[in-house]
Amino acid sequence: MADFKEISPNAPVGAKLLNWVDNRFPASTLYKEHMSEYYAPKNFNFWYVFGSLALLVLVIQIVTGIFLVMHYKPDATLAFASVEYIMRDVPWGWLIRYMHSTGASAFFIVVYLHMFRGLLYGSYRKPRELVWIFGCAIFLCLMAEAFMGYLLPWGQMSYWGAQVIVNLFSAIPFVGPDLALLIRGDYVVSDATLNRFFSFHVIAVPLVLLGLVAAHIIALHEVGSNNPDGVEIKKHKDAKGIPLDGIPFHPYYTVHDIFAVSVFLMAFTAVIFFAPEAGGYFLEYNNFIPADSLKTPNHIAPVWYFTPFYSMLRAITSEMMYVLIACVLGAAIFTAIKSKLAGFLKGLIVLVALGVVAMMLSIDAKFWGVVVMGGAVIILFFLPWLDHSPVKSIRYRPGWHKYLYGIFVVNFVVLAYLGVQPPSPLGERVSQVGTLFYFGFFLLMPWWSRLGEPKPVPDRVTYAAH
Amino acid sequence: MNITGYAKKFLLALVAAAGMTAGVHAAEGGIAWDRAPNKTNDLQSLQNGAKIFVNYCLSCHSAAFMRYNRLQDIGLTEKQIKDNLLFTTDKVGETMKAAIDPKQAKEWFGDNPPDLTVIARSRAGHGGTGPDYLYTFLRTFYRDDTRPTGWNNLAFPNVGMPNPLWQLQGERRPVYAEREEHGHATQVFTGWEQVTPGTLSPLQFEQSVGDLVNYLQWMGEPAQNTRLRVGVWVLLFLAVFTFIAWRLNAAYWKDVR
Repeated sequence: MADFKEISPNAPVGAKLLNWVDNRFPASTLYKEHMSEYYAPKNFNFWYVFGSLALLVLVIQIVTGIFLVMHYKPDATLAFASVEYIMRDVPWGWLIRYMHSTGASAFFIVVYLHMFRGLLYGSYRKPRELVWIFGCAIFLCLMAEAFMGYLLPWGQMSYWGAQVIVNLFSAIPFVGPDLALLIRGDYVVSDATLNRFFSFHVIAVPLVLLGLVAAHIIALHEVGSNNPDGVEIKKHKDAKGIPLDGIPFHPYYTVHDIFAVSVFLMAFTAVIFFAPEAGGYFLEYNNFIPADSLKTPNHIAPVWYFTPFYSMLRAITSEMMYVLIACVLGAAIFTAIKSKLAGFLKGLIVLVALGVVAMMLSIDAKFWGVVVMGGAVIILFFLPWLDHSPVKSIRYRPGWHKYLYGIFVVNFVVLAYLGVQPPSPLGERVSQVGTLFYFGFFLLMPWWSRLGEPKPVPDRVTYAAH
Repeated sequence: MNITGYAKKFLLALVAAAGMTAGVHAAEGGIAWDRAPNKTNDLQSLQNGAKIFVNYCLSCHSAAFMRYNRLQDIGLTEKQIKDNLLFTTDKVGETMKAAIDPKQAKEWFGDNPPDLTVIARSRAGHGGTGPDYLYTFLRTFYRDDTRPTGWNNLAFPNVGMPNPLWQLQGERRPVYAEREEHGHATQVFTGWEQVTPGTLSPLQFEQSVGDLVNYLQWMGEPAQNTRLRVGVWVLLFLAVFTFIAWRLNAAYWKDVR
C-alpha cells in the first residue's frame, strides 16, 4: 500500500485532482504500468498490430451490440422482422447492423492473424504459456459467441446451421441426446433456443470474454512481450532497470497502432459500405429467407470462420476411422518399442490404446468427428508443451520449418474452402489428408521441432531505424 | 527474404484463395442467368417498378417489412403514394401486406407466396446476383399443360406460380435444338417463339421487367444508395487520417535507434 501523498497547496487544480485520485485508486500507477512505462521490444513488425486491432473490434462489437439489442426482439415470430426493422426504420440502423455483422468476420480475421503471429515467433513459449492459454480460451469463447449470435437473425442459415451443430452433441454416447435437448431447450431449434442463445450472446459469453481479455493483457504485461527475434529484452537492462531494447508502449506503440487502426478501418469500412454481404461470406444469401423448420436448405454451410473445423468434422467418415485406428495403434506400438519408459508404463499405454481402439470401433464415426473438431481447437492449448525447438522465433529455425508453416497455412485455407463447398468425393479425400496433416503438425511437433540445425540467435534484438 | 516477406506472401495467397472461391451457393437447376440492369439510382425506373410491383405482385405476395411511405425515397410524394399505390391499406405508414388470404394461397398454390421484401438479396448464387436471377425468372415463363397452373419456368423448373405478367408478355414457347454432346443427343434451349402477343412489345416487356427487378433490388435494402454515398466520404476521410497517422508514427519513431 502506497503512503498518503501530500501535494503543495499551490499546485494546479489538475495535479491536485490526480493526487486526490491516486491516494484512493492507483490511476497513475496503472497508467505507468500498462502504458507509459510498459517497455515493449522496439523491433515489432506489422504482425504485432493484430492484438490491438482485436481489442478495437471487441469494442466495436460491444458498442454496436448494445444499440442492436435496443431494437432486436429475441422471439421466433419477431426476430427476422426486427432485424429488417433495424435495417429500414431505425435511423442509421443499417450501419450499426453491418458494423456488427462485418465485425464478426473481422474479429476472426484479426484473431487468426494474431494467433499465427504467436505461432511464428514462439510467443507461447516459457514464460508466456498463460498468455497463450488465456488467448486460446478467448478464441473458444469467440467461437461460442459467433455461433450463438448467428442464430439471432433467424434466417434459414441461422436456423439450420444451429440445428446441424446442436445435433452434433447428440452423437456423444449416453448423455448426447439429453445434452442436445438441454442446449436447445426443445426437441428442435425453436423459440426457446433463440432466447437462451440471445442470453448467452449478449451477456454470459461477453462477460467471460472480457474477463479473459483482462487476464490475457495482465499476464502479458507481467512477463513482457515477445518479439520477432524471440529473445528476452529483460536480459539487458540499463542502470534504471529499463530494458535496453525496450521502448515505452505509449507513445511509441500507440502511434504505431493508430496507424494500423486507420489502415484496418479502411478495409473494414470498404466492406461495410461497398460489400456488406462480402459475396455471401459475411452475410449468407440464404439468411435473407426467414427460418422455416419445414424446409431444409439443399446445402448448409457454416460461416467461413468455422469452415476449417467443419471440414475436419466432415472428414471423419466410417472409412476414415480405420485410418485413425491405424494411427492410434501405430503410435502405441512405436512408444512400446522405441521409448525408454518403464515396462509397466509401456504396458499401460498399449492397454489404453487398445481401449481407445475398442471405443473407436463401437461408437459411431459422427461422434469421433465431433471429437476431432473439438480437438482441433483444444490442441492449441497444449502448444507451449508440444514445441521443443531450441529457439523460439521462426527466424532462427532451420529453413525447412518455414515451408512447414507455409504448408500449415495453405492446409488451413484449403480446409476452410472445402468447408463451404457441398460434400464431394474428392473434397472428402482432400479434407481427410488435411485433417491428418493438421493433427500431425501438432502431435508430432515434439519430434520435428527438434530436428535440423537452428541458426545462431542474437543476444539483442535486430532493429533497423525507420 | 526475411519472415515478414514470407508473411506478406502468405497474406497475398490468402487473399487470392478467397477471391477464387467467390460465390458460395450453388444454383438450383434452371438455365444460365441473364444480367439484370443495375440502376438503383434511376428514379423513373424505380417508380415504374413500384407501380408494376403494386399492380402485379402485391395481390399475392407481401413485402411485410417495407412501408409505403418509404417510397418517398424514390421521388414519390405522400399524396402520390396514397392516390396511386395504396391498395391493401389506407395508411401510408403501413407495410405492404398482400391482399390474398394466406390460407387460400396455400390451397391454390400449394404454398404461401414468399414475402418479397428481401427477395432480391436472398436469391444470389453461383449464377449471378439476386436481381439477375429475378430478371431471368420473370422472363422465362412458358405454357405447360402438364403443370396444375398451366405454366412452367426455365429458371425455376416446376414453379408453383403461374406467369403473373402474362398479359404484358403474351404466351411464348421455348425452342429447343438437338445437339450431339459426348455422344448423346441432348435438347439445347435456343430461343423463344411468340405464340400469342402481349400488350407490350418484347422490348417494352424487357424494360418493364428490368424496372420491376430494379425496384425489388432497391426494396431489398432501401438504404443502399445512401450507403454507397456515405461510404465514399468515409473512405476519403480515412485516407487523409491514414496519411496523418502514418506521418505521426514516422515522426515519433525517427529518433529510435
